[in-house]
Amino acid sequence: MLSRRNPQLNAHGELIHLLSIEGLPREVLVHILDTAGTFLSVNEREVKKVPLLRGKSVFNLFFENSTRTRTTFEIAAKRLSADVINLDIARSSTAKGETLLDTIANLSAMHADMFVVRHGESGAPHLIARHCASHVHVVNAGDGRHAHPTQGLLDMYAIRHYKTDFSQLTVAIVGDIVHSRVARSDIHALTTLGVPEVRVVGPRTLVPADLRAMGVRVCHDMAEGMRDADVIIMLRLQNERMSGAMLPSAAEFAKTFGLTPDKLALARPDAIVMHPGPINRGVEIDSSVADGQASVILPQVTFGIAVRMAVMSIIAGNEA
Amino acid sequence: MSTLRLDAEALYAELLGGVRGLLLPDTVLVGIWSGGAWLAERLHADLQRGGLPGLISSALHRDDYSARGLAGAGGATRLPFAIDGARILLIDDVLFTGRTIRAVINELYDFGRPHVVDLAVLVDRGGRELPIQASFAAAKVVLPATQRLTLARENDGRFAFSLKDKS
Repeated sequence: MLSRRNPQLNAHGELIHLLSIEGLPREVLVHILDTAGTFLSVNEREVKKVPLLRGKSVFNLFFENSTRTRTTFEIAAKRLSADVINLDIARSSTAKGETLLDTIANLSAMHADMFVVRHGESGAPHLIARHCASHVHVVNAGDGRHAHPTQGLLDMYAIRHYKTDFSQLTVAIVGDIVHSRVARSDIHALTTLGVPEVRVVGPRTLVPADLRAMGVRVCHDMAEGMRDADVIIMLRLQNERMSGAMLPSAAEFAKTFGLTPDKLALARPDAIVMHPGPINRGVEIDSSVADGQASVILPQVTFGIAVRMAVMSIIAGNEA
Repeated sequence: MSTLRLDAEALYAELLGGVRGLLLPDTVLVGIWSGGAWLAERLHADLQRGGLPGLISSALHRDDYSARGLAGAGGATRLPFAIDGARILLIDDVLFTGRTIRAVINELYDFGRPHVVDLAVLVDRGGRELPIQASFAAAKVVLPATQRLTLARENDGRFAFSLKDKS
């Protein structure tokens, strides 16, 4: 019989890969957030390094560029004492025609213990997890439009840090929801952690009504989306969407859905503003908001390291 | 004897006396999660020490991580004082192989270089695998390695030991 077990969990329900937040039980998410809290304090110690992954090799496989995410994974792995190998994969073997699984087989022969994978194709990290040796762990660092689970988790860490209790919150996610793996991971995490109202806000082309199937409220009106929100997550407007029929122009988007002080004023007075970065000042977020009191964009980056340390140390300690 | 009885409350009274004898004015108490942390909190109050006791976790320096994974037990390290030059008295409930104490000393050094590190425990159950000794143990017993001795804290704050076969 074919096993229907979540490929991220072993027979004991312990996390062995992090591929997607979808389908992970609430306890697993809470355990990651709690562990991240421990690592946040490690980053403030005189010695910012613990030996949990000593002797392990972590390979950063970024088939798609991302300086920030790759760097935070690298810092996280190094603070756990792992050896980190960064492969500029987009310019190496794949460019020469090697298949993804051949690349993985070769790196496994170099005794990799963990792959941190970013790939333009949805599902690539799942494919790798299915085909790598049983002692190898895989972390999805963003795949296509599918998932960006560590970003989702660090967003949850930030929300819990500032708002304490998920069960009373209204969270608005604004921008290009349909193409955003961050939005998808955030929505799965927020609903799993019991947030009663998750709103997705943007134009019809980027926020189709069928997103309601994910258990969210769809708002095409910015004022409706902002009203009494506790948390506002602004997404980066991806320039590549601008050329198609998705949006008339960045200026048009900024006027209607860009977060300005007057739109923020509709949210609760203690609302926090988040953004996965990099930000487009003056497009999806006004500079005065990005640098303002409500913004927690830079703390998100700090939390991201602790959350990635937590994920790596939890999965590396569990056997398949 | 198969029915070993350890009266944790009576042993606590012994530990309180023993710790009092080890304290200098500048000694700080650091309890090891979880049992040692409870003990340190109660000792700190009973001895009327100023400030807060330190609490320390062995989780990030354990040598059985590859076999056991990241143990979720206990809380995080909280050391509300400078470690550089400090005179530290570690408190734990049960001293067995010595591996927890080794991990905890490594954890301490992530925060600085203490002047002196000492150890007081409720029970020394023998079975050491590292050259580590306590300066004070309220009781010394020899238990088979197959048994697990754990301290529990009741709702009213009183301590009790339980002895179980390892599964």
